[in-house]
Amino acid sequence: MKKVFINGPITPAFIANSIEKHQTKHSIGAHNIFLGQVRADVVNDKTVAGIDFTCYEEMAHPILDDIREKAFKTFNLTCMHIYHSLGEIKAGEVCFFVFVSAKHSKEVYAATEYLVNIVKKKVPIFGKEIFEDESHQWKVNK
Amino acid sequence: MAVIKYYGAIAEATKCSEEQLTVSDLKISDCLALLNEKYNLKTFDVSVALNQNLVDIDSTIKLSDNDEIALLPPFAGG
Repeated sequence: MKKVFINGPITPAFIANSIEKHQTKHSIGAHNIFLGQVRADVVNDKTVAGIDFTCYEEMAHPILDDIREKAFKTFNLTCMHIYHSLGEIKAGEVCFFVFVSAKHSKEVYAATEYLVNIVKKKVPIFGKEIFEDESHQWKVNK
Repeated sequence: MAVIKYYGAIAEATKCSEEQLTVSDLKISDCLALLNEKYNLKTFDVSVALNQNLVDIDSTIKLSDNDEIALLPPFAGG
């Protein structure tokens, strides 16, 4: 079981460290990164201050394993990492980090889009959007 | 007894994250009817996972007291 869930925001230092770790893998010629950042949406004059993410982890891990296996079969990837935050993430902070690596650029673009979309659709993650006045609504993916 | 788990907006409505319930020989729809009566969950868009796998709410599978049943609102990762 690969580590996916991180308590708190995914920091720029964590992302930089992930990139650095791949510099010893000399078969890689292309990396692609997607970063999901919490938006300060305004709903009925109230501004989102952050999102509190929760997850059904026992269900999420086998689904993530399947997603990884399918992506490796479909795209000619060397490496793939998926990270998602749990807990309260403030507007402007990164909550979702997808990092794929391959020999050439073509595969990494297609794989990134596939992974971002399928994680949003299939993984049981829930988000409580907390407004600046501490009221909340439940996040719905568009 | 089976474990019933609640997540997101549904856990907010039930005011708990899990509870134990006798569900032996009930179908998913029977179990949901019981929980709807207890918590008035009809307004929610609910998916059901049986032992960590999504199942059709109209499934004819009979539940057992070793099962883990989760009521899930729409997924919102990303």
